[in-house]
Amino acid sequence: MLYFRYTRNVPHIAAHLSGSMLQIRDLAKRFGGNRAVDGVSFDVHKGAIAGLIGPNGAGKTTLFNCVAGLYRPDAGTITLDGNRIDGKRTSLVHAAGLARTFQIPRPFPAMSVLENVLVGVPGQSGERFWANWFAPTRVAADEAKARETARAWIDFVGLGALEQAPARVLSGGQRKLLELARAMVADPRLVLLDEPAAGVNPALLEKIIDRIAEINRRGTSFLIVEHNMDMVMRLCHPIAVMAQGKLIAFGDADSVRRNPTVVEAYLGGAVA
Amino acid sequence: MSEFLPVLSYATFFLVFASIFATMALGLNLQWGYTGLFNVGVAGFVAVGAYASALLTTPPDAGPGAVRVVGLGLPIVVGWIGGTVAAGLVAAAVGFAALRLRHDYLAIATFGIAVVIQLVALNAQKLTGGPFGIQFIPKPFDAQLDGSLAFNALYLALTLAALGCVYAALQRLAASPWGRVLRAIREDETAAEALGKRAFAFRLQSFAIGGAIMGFGGALYAHFVGYIAPEDFLPILTFQIWTMLIVGGAGSNRGAIAGTVVVWAIWTIAGNGLRELIPAADQARAASLQIVLVGVLLAAMLLWRPQGLLGPRPSKSPSA
Ligand SMILES: Nc1ncnc2c1ncn2[C@@H]1O[C@H](COP(=O)(O)OP(=O)(O)OP(=O)(O)O)[C@@H](O)[C@H]1O
Ligand SMILES: [Mg+2]
Repeated sequence: MLYFRYTRNVPHIAAHLSGSMLQIRDLAKRFGGNRAVDGVSFDVHKGAIAGLIGPNGAGKTTLFNCVAGLYRPDAGTITLDGNRIDGKRTSLVHAAGLARTFQIPRPFPAMSVLENVLVGVPGQSGERFWANWFAPTRVAADEAKARETARAWIDFVGLGALEQAPARVLSGGQRKLLELARAMVADPRLVLLDEPAAGVNPALLEKIIDRIAEINRRGTSFLIVEHNMDMVMRLCHPIAVMAQGKLIAFGDADSVRRNPTVVEAYLGGAVA
Repeated sequence: MSEFLPVLSYATFFLVFASIFATMALGLNLQWGYTGLFNVGVAGFVAVGAYASALLTTPPDAGPGAVRVVGLGLPIVVGWIGGTVAAGLVAAAVGFAALRLRHDYLAIATFGIAVVIQLVALNAQKLTGGPFGIQFIPKPFDAQLDGSLAFNALYLALTLAALGCVYAALQRLAASPWGRVLRAIREDETAAEALGKRAFAFRLQSFAIGGAIMGFGGALYAHFVGYIAPEDFLPILTFQIWTMLIVGGAGSNRGAIAGTVVVWAIWTIAGNGLRELIPAADQARAASLQIVLVGVLLAAMLLWRPQGLLGPRPSKSPSA
């Protein structure tokens, strides 16, 4: 049975809902004959923590991959702050201010936690080959600054003690936290989180929820895919619901929860 | 005392080659060890460096019946720089064409380009001397020293210094943010792209720099031996450099150097030993046996110690 536990809403939403940040229009992505995303349109407004839910295989991750530039959509447009980003390279989408995490974490296993997060810091002069030879002082200064930023985020997600450990030793939940830190260190304006709560223990999950809310209060927008309904209902507004590649509902927690189509989609018709 | 002289002379000769090969192995380590780029055309980039440096520094053949009509007679240092840059440019061009494609295409492309370069060297007679190669490539230091122990020792000091510089530069690069991105891309390209790193650009840089270092090695070789010909740059050279890197440990610059010394020692000892053991009529087979022996060493290493002598332990991440 579908079970939505009612909990208090985190008071964050009203913050600054001014205009749309991410616009998805008629987005479609096929894998062979499988319409993984099938004409989806919705907006994420500035300052929002939007949710994207739906049963397994609904097309949520595929939609993320289209937005983040990993997949080229078959049809439709995606705009970030008014600029088209559909079909653009992932690295360019990231530079445009969009960071994402992966449903199955993808740490750099042999690199330390600190190095993992350092890779996410944008604009490091030391990443340009020649700067290492012709502007070493600038490189050193940038590196010191980058380390400071990276450490702040590592502490923020509570991985400070593991800073020097190779990422391969991290547990599943810690990998989720590492992904979060690595995405956040770029100071993105919009963050796509794919199941940030999956495999995370309840105490840690509370921390993550608090932190997402806190980061959001500083002005970052979120779009979160999550199966943990408790978390979604508490944190997300509005909530988009996908099933079989289509958007079947869009609205606040209450309206989504009461929507019979949504209930139907989750039950898959197994129980009337 | 005098009975030691041949030994000493041979030792310096051995070490000069070892340090030149080690320089090439460092170039390959940047491409393969740090970036995961499978270059099976090492000999081609070495050849570009050697020929470019020779052409820049060696005057054209003189007299009637001269084969080679191109040659500049510039200072040797210009040749070294030119050879390095030329090999880097060729690597950049190959990389630009092949690095966007699937990984295995790079292997095919590099193998193909090495064959093409060898064929050009063989057939562009007016430029390269064809099968006769380029002779009388100028050597540094006093002409009277040529071939002597003193020349070998001075050249050894030079190649060791060159190796030291390349090693130090690569160590510094590996520790730099640039090297960090390279490692990130090798470990998970998709994740690195999602963090804003353009994998193609970094790979291309790494490939070009690695190719330039190989070319530098080729230039050092040309001015030590004083004579280069297309047969110096056959795929067997690529195989040797690869074996040196794998035995030493891909991903470790120190390993690349250690592996070079070990493999080069085995190669030369085996060569000498086989020459002693095998009757003169079968000497051609002895050369093949040498290759087999090093091939067996390579296979054994891959089986029992795939990380090589000094390579970083392979990181197996537990499946999430
Ligand atoms: N790379 C791919 N190649 C082929 N089919 C794919 C690929 N990625 C996803 N699909 C298919 O597209 C559909 C949507 O998958 P997607 O991963 O987007 O679902 P999801 O909503 O994220 O599900 P979950 O909640 O289980 O993560 C599925 O039927 C899946 O099998
Ligand atoms: Mg998914």
